[in-house]
Amino acid sequence: MNDEPTLRAGEKPSAYVSAVEEHTRMAPAVKEAGTSASSRTAVAELVSKGLASRWLGTGAAVAALALPLVSSSTYVIQIAVDALIFVMLAVGLNIVVGYCGLLDLGYAAFFAIGAYTSGLLSTRFEWPLIATLPVVVIAAIVGGLLIGGPTLRLRSDYLAIVTLGFGEIIRITANNLDFTGGPNGLYGIPDFGDFGLRADIALYWITAVVVIAAVLFSSRLGRGRIGRAWRFVREDEDAAEAMGIHTYRVKFAAYIAGAVFGGIAGVLFAAHQTAISPPSFNFLWSALILMAVVLGGMASTPGVVVGALVISLLPELLRGAENWRYLIFGLLLIVVMVFRPQGLLPARTGEPGRRGHRAQEGAS
Amino acid sequence: MSKLLLDVRGMAVSFGGVRAVDGLTFSVHEGEVLSVIGPNGAGKTSAFNCITGFYKPSAGSVSFDGTDITGKRPAVIAASGIARTFQNLRLFGDLTVLDNVRAGMHVRIRQNFLDAMLHTPRYWRGEDTAAVEAHEWLDFVGMEYDRTAQIRNLPYGEQRRVEIARALARRPRMLLLDEPAAGLNHGEKERLLGLMRRIAALGIAVVLIEHDMGLVMEVSERIVVMSYGKEIAEGTPAAIRSNPAVIEAYLGGEDEETHAEAERIAAEKGSRGTAEVEW
Repeated sequence: MNDEPTLRAGEKPSAYVSAVEEHTRMAPAVKEAGTSASSRTAVAELVSKGLASRWLGTGAAVAALALPLVSSSTYVIQIAVDALIFVMLAVGLNIVVGYCGLLDLGYAAFFAIGAYTSGLLSTRFEWPLIATLPVVVIAAIVGGLLIGGPTLRLRSDYLAIVTLGFGEIIRITANNLDFTGGPNGLYGIPDFGDFGLRADIALYWITAVVVIAAVLFSSRLGRGRIGRAWRFVREDEDAAEAMGIHTYRVKFAAYIAGAVFGGIAGVLFAAHQTAISPPSFNFLWSALILMAVVLGGMASTPGVVVGALVISLLPELLRGAENWRYLIFGLLLIVVMVFRPQGLLPARTGEPGRRGHRAQEGAS
Repeated sequence: MSKLLLDVRGMAVSFGGVRAVDGLTFSVHEGEVLSVIGPNGAGKTSAFNCITGFYKPSAGSVSFDGTDITGKRPAVIAASGIARTFQNLRLFGDLTVLDNVRAGMHVRIRQNFLDAMLHTPRYWRGEDTAAVEAHEWLDFVGMEYDRTAQIRNLPYGEQRRVEIARALARRPRMLLLDEPAAGLNHGEKERLLGLMRRIAALGIAVVLIEHDMGLVMEVSERIVVMSYGKEIAEGTPAAIRSNPAVIEAYLGGEDEETHAEAERIAAEKGSRGTAEVEW
């Protein structure tokens, strides 16, 4: 965090500035009193400092890459790949819902478009899976244009209802077409190759690299020019327009970016499952991804990653509780949302103390 | 006379049966400070919304710097060089002061998806320039509070200041201020007056909607008076102050006695400078 001097050198302090100084001088005393009153704020401060550190992301990435060295049981790798794919979906939806504030209830549609495009090309036309990737990106963009075109003119609840409808349309279409395999779906989808490793570990590492890149890119997009524009649109569309920001295009950009993330996650999912069918992409998926974003903290990349890990791993960890686990899972979610409605790790406000810092020093 | 910047001809807009703006014609020249005054409901803010594209005029034309901008999208009009503030603050509440100001620079920062994802040199150049410039505009408007704070936690007067900084960061050729003094105390109004003079000194044309007559008389070069969606008078502050049509619009007086009274009040209030005067 950078401390802005309230008064620059060589400037005559006006009565106004002096008043401000008075105010800032008083502030620390107030803060101290607050800290001693509850240790919770101190803990929160420590947590937020930890989150601000750039080492957090690096550490998480290293941990993800090192997992097969720690435990290589088929079960662990299996649920870890599931969790990573879910993280990718969550950071993708976070662009749409968290940054741009567009409530999308049909996000699984893009997941389906990605999985089916790559599944069809690799099984029916015997393309190598990696070669389907560019086509998946194009298909996701086209899907985003087709769905986003009419829906992004709507606001709030209307947008949610229409995206919900489109999500179902995609699933039902896949269910009814012959070349998508109908209700049976597609099977025998190849993986990316084993590179001399155990096949599931090779896929795990590929997935980990793609997902780490996705998390990094979505976080960086959120901080750049387009990310700011998304937040401006979320906060106040009219004010954003008045600043020359073409809000429709900006919303489209968020929607398309989210679609591409979802599509690529679909490829990973197809490779991981080797068989896909329409029920894999039902509304529950869209709802769970949205839940990961809301639970973790909208627009907060660390939060969304944690939220996605909780949502995808908790049912596994509760497996001992047998049939009770979904009840416990649901109750835990309710408890979290009651006591922490802003999410587990809410988005930090304030200027990130990154390299741009030197510019800020130059200004003051 | 300097170059014509904004030209509004016969502009009209109605809501249901109410003709909010009814054939308004006026113009703004480069670098000029013009005030638009009139009783509540005279259509001043509606006129602003028509000019900036938030309402589509049902008749008439608006041209800016020789280009027709009638009914264009607000973003397009803003990009062509018109910035505005809103009557009720429209800031990005959850974001920091600096980010709010950066909104004004959006159209000037050159950066695409790849720059942002890969943090290219162009990304850092853009971000650094934006940070420096945001601080400069905040210095310009005299915003000395914590600039990394969420804007919603700032006092009202500071928020007004940031809204003006955001509009200036758009580097407009014309700035529309919709009641910038509303809710400000006496000292804050004094500083606003100084700020408007500094803005004018940058060569930016300022169009002001304001109810504080002291401020209007002090800062304006020309005044347009609106009533029932029409322009009823136009001229220098001195001419407007003694214009019977204006006094009638404000006080609705018919007989001689009221006129004399109104003129006495007007003269008295006008001479009080920036004192808080509500007509």
